[in-house]
Amino acid sequence: MDTDLSLAGLATGLRERSFSSVELTAALLAQIAERNPQLNAFITVTADEALQQAAAADAALAGGDSSALCGIPLAYKDIFCTRGVRTTCGSRMLEEFIAPYDATATARLAAAGAVMLGKTNMDEFAMGSSNENSHFGTVANPWDDTRVPGGSSGGSACAVAAGLAPAALGTDTGGSIRQPAAFCGVSGLKPTYGRVSRYGMVAFASSLDQAGVFARSAADIATVLPHMAGFDPLDSTSSEHEDPWLDACTTQPLGTARSGRIGLPKQYFRDLGVTEASLQSACQVLEASGFELVDVSLPHVDAAIPCYYIIAGAEASTNLSRYDGVRFGHRCDNPQSLEDLYRRSRSEGFGAEVKRRILTGTYALSVGYYDAYYLKAQKIRRLIQQDFLAAFADVDLIIAPTTPDIAFKRGDLVDDPVAMYQQDIYTIPASLAGLPAMSIPCGTHQGLPLGLQLIGPHFAEKRLLETAASFQQQTDWHLQRPGQNPQAADSGSET
Amino acid sequence: MSWESVIGLEVHVQLATNSKIFSGAPTAFGAEPNTQACVVDLGLPGVLPVLNEEAVRMAVKFGLAIGAEIHPYSVFDRKNYFYPDLPKGYQISQFEQPIVGRGSLTVHVEGCEPQQVGITRAHLEEDAGKSIHDAYAGLTGIDLNRTGTPLLEVVSEPDLRTAAEAAAYFRQLHSLVRYLKICDGNLAEGSMRCDANVSVRRVGDPELGVRAEIKNINSFRFVEMAITYEIERQIELLESGGTVARDTRLYDAERNETRSMRSKELSNDYRYFPDPDLLPVELDQSFIDAVAADLPELPEAKLKRYVAQLELSNYDAAWLTQDPEVAEFFEAVFAQAGNAKLAANWVMGELSAALNKAELSIAESPVPAATLGELLQRIADGTVSGKIAKGLFDTLWQSGGDVDTIIAREGLQQVTDSGEIQAMVDEIVAANPDQVAQFLSGKDKVFGFFVGQVMKASKGKANPAQVNELLRAALKK
Repeated sequence: MDTDLSLAGLATGLRERSFSSVELTAALLAQIAERNPQLNAFITVTADEALQQAAAADAALAGGDSSALCGIPLAYKDIFCTRGVRTTCGSRMLEEFIAPYDATATARLAAAGAVMLGKTNMDEFAMGSSNENSHFGTVANPWDDTRVPGGSSGGSACAVAAGLAPAALGTDTGGSIRQPAAFCGVSGLKPTYGRVSRYGMVAFASSLDQAGVFARSAADIATVLPHMAGFDPLDSTSSEHEDPWLDACTTQPLGTARSGRIGLPKQYFRDLGVTEASLQSACQVLEASGFELVDVSLPHVDAAIPCYYIIAGAEASTNLSRYDGVRFGHRCDNPQSLEDLYRRSRSEGFGAEVKRRILTGTYALSVGYYDAYYLKAQKIRRLIQQDFLAAFADVDLIIAPTTPDIAFKRGDLVDDPVAMYQQDIYTIPASLAGLPAMSIPCGTHQGLPLGLQLIGPHFAEKRLLETAASFQQQTDWHLQRPGQNPQAADSGSET
Repeated sequence: MSWESVIGLEVHVQLATNSKIFSGAPTAFGAEPNTQACVVDLGLPGVLPVLNEEAVRMAVKFGLAIGAEIHPYSVFDRKNYFYPDLPKGYQISQFEQPIVGRGSLTVHVEGCEPQQVGITRAHLEEDAGKSIHDAYAGLTGIDLNRTGTPLLEVVSEPDLRTAAEAAAYFRQLHSLVRYLKICDGNLAEGSMRCDANVSVRRVGDPELGVRAEIKNINSFRFVEMAITYEIERQIELLESGGTVARDTRLYDAERNETRSMRSKELSNDYRYFPDPDLLPVELDQSFIDAVAADLPELPEAKLKRYVAQLELSNYDAAWLTQDPEVAEFFEAVFAQAGNAKLAANWVMGELSAALNKAELSIAESPVPAATLGELLQRIADGTVSGKIAKGLFDTLWQSGGDVDTIIAREGLQQVTDSGEIQAMVDEIVAANPDQVAQFLSGKDKVFGFFVGQVMKASKGKANPAQVNELLRAALKK
């Protein structure tokens, strides 16, 4: 059967009984079984549970369930706690951790009838830009298995790109959805901070973490998002922002935007490097569609990377204090003393990058350094937020590259953390400002995908998705699949 | 040259909410270990704190009661340290922006003028669990039931100068939180725990001495004893040429001494920073006004009212208002008896002695307030004498019953018929000529002999005032 359909297509197929959810799920499980040994996109495949859920969905469909997600198989980043199924967060620390609760996001999707295929690979505790920091091994980029899929949600991006799941959940703290979406040639949305509950999502940096969606198109993302978004009494930072459009999304197809002002940050567009050709042609597509392109300035984005690594590290350093070997998680053998228990459990349980961030974060919060690092970073964060607010007074959306380059080779950056951190240069500012942002395929370089990033004002997911949908009506970059079209003509071609 | 001690107290008040400060788990004391800790209290991955509004309301109530500024914007911070009974590796507390700002409490020390003690701040935080070191050989047990119990930490200014003042302040705070019904005040269960910062300096020295902090004192008496010991220890140390080390000490009640808790004094870096999982607490005026409207009469106002309106002494008023249950009992007795001084004397005297002897709280008194009030009413209207009333009180204490019924049954009415008393007076004066002569020669004390004889003859039922009056008249003849 053809599993390479849009979510709307799959939903129609299910409703018209062209195939059952069990058949669809079994077909995807078969592909996972075949390709996961090479791709390593999944840490845990929940085949039995998936088939049970699919059977239940088939019964619901037979009973007239009209949810667009009923019976649709999804993959979840292994950062979402799932009752009874282990949640590793890519770490040895949680290798055997089974939560007695569900994350709100996945629980809501399950309530809408979605089927969980399994838990996808990721950088340990979502810290990384290449998925090389996973305790469960690296993930291949389906376009070129010598290259990384991006990170930290590399497994989810890979699964969607390789056709192992029609859509997948990821989380984005500084770019962890957008960057792997760009590297793997799929669409990925990081919603506004607070749009989706963080409850049950293993915390990395609480003021930045946000759950989002990978799919093959903006329209598919719009099908999943409303079923996981919305205020959650279990998360004080989730937003009570009412959005009738989100509810409407559950029953109506996504519209397309045809007009509006799009800002091009001059700080980004003066040196686009390898992304130049595809970004310029994307601009032409948008302009031809009726959008007006104007220059905007984000004067403080230069400071975004250091600012981000201080704030995220500081929050992570204390969020990860609970992994102490006392109640759950990895515990060293035969601790000789309390200090020995802490030292060895944490030394053994955490990988190098996690340790690096705990140490830098601890340093930034220490007496004597707090003002110079943490407080200063908070001030910069406010300046960056103000930059965006000022820009959005003039424009409806901002576009930027998602990444500075195509996916890099495995191992290329592992010994150079600062160069690795530079990968997030275009994605971090929107994270610091809590803005919704998404990456959509906009071209290729050396046959590998590149992403166009759309950034909107708070709670402007509708505008992002409808603009992306408009772009995807005009172009077919999002339809390209790895392996189908090797070394095709790079960038710029329109349909 | 003499020494002056400078004392400040930090009191952790356990708030009487039904559920924890950041989770829905119950807070009841005494449950089986680890049965009242939910996934949030356990600090499992991905769970998040949600602030209990009732804890906020209680903190505001306290702030209003001490005349403090209620901060419309306060922030929860993480206080980071590793300890096995601290599941998240940090305690959620308020550091730079507490909910309650500067206020004060009036403290009464016997024999001194009422004193205003400054309160620097009060902030909300979560309690940690308990480490149990003696239950398993070579192992430490962890009970996380207490984890996340809401605490209000009340920090005083270093305004206290003696151990007695410190104990009185702690008592007054205890009284206040019980009036406000924000804490059950059960010291034995740790509902209020006190840390005392103690230093000494030469009288007149503007600089404060180096202070020691005595942790976790949980009774009024121990506060006084621990501070007394610590002051003496520091003075002795300084007078013998030593210096006081800044350290954290524990009070050992069995040995009545304080001991250093840590051999090497590490300056802990708690790396406080705002908790990104919680929004700042923003209070609007209507919330504060609603809490203010709900405040009961506070002990200090009640005390002043007892003095001004009921004409009680300051001492009596302070005694009666210390404990809200005592004040409530007293007011019920007074309402029935109609005589405040009489009601005060009986509650503080007869009733209190009987309760102490039986180790009962006033709420457990076998003689209800209304019954005691009726008894006092019968004293006030002359039906029974004070002496008879004491016997009657014992009867009521032992076997209960109705005051008037017992008086009637036992024939305890005071004799107020002046003819009957006159007859007894005449008889006794006539029968004791020697004593009459002594009295007339100026020995006033003999008067008591005659009173005693008449009361004896009447079996205690004669009205003492009438006896006095008629005796004086008869003896002067």
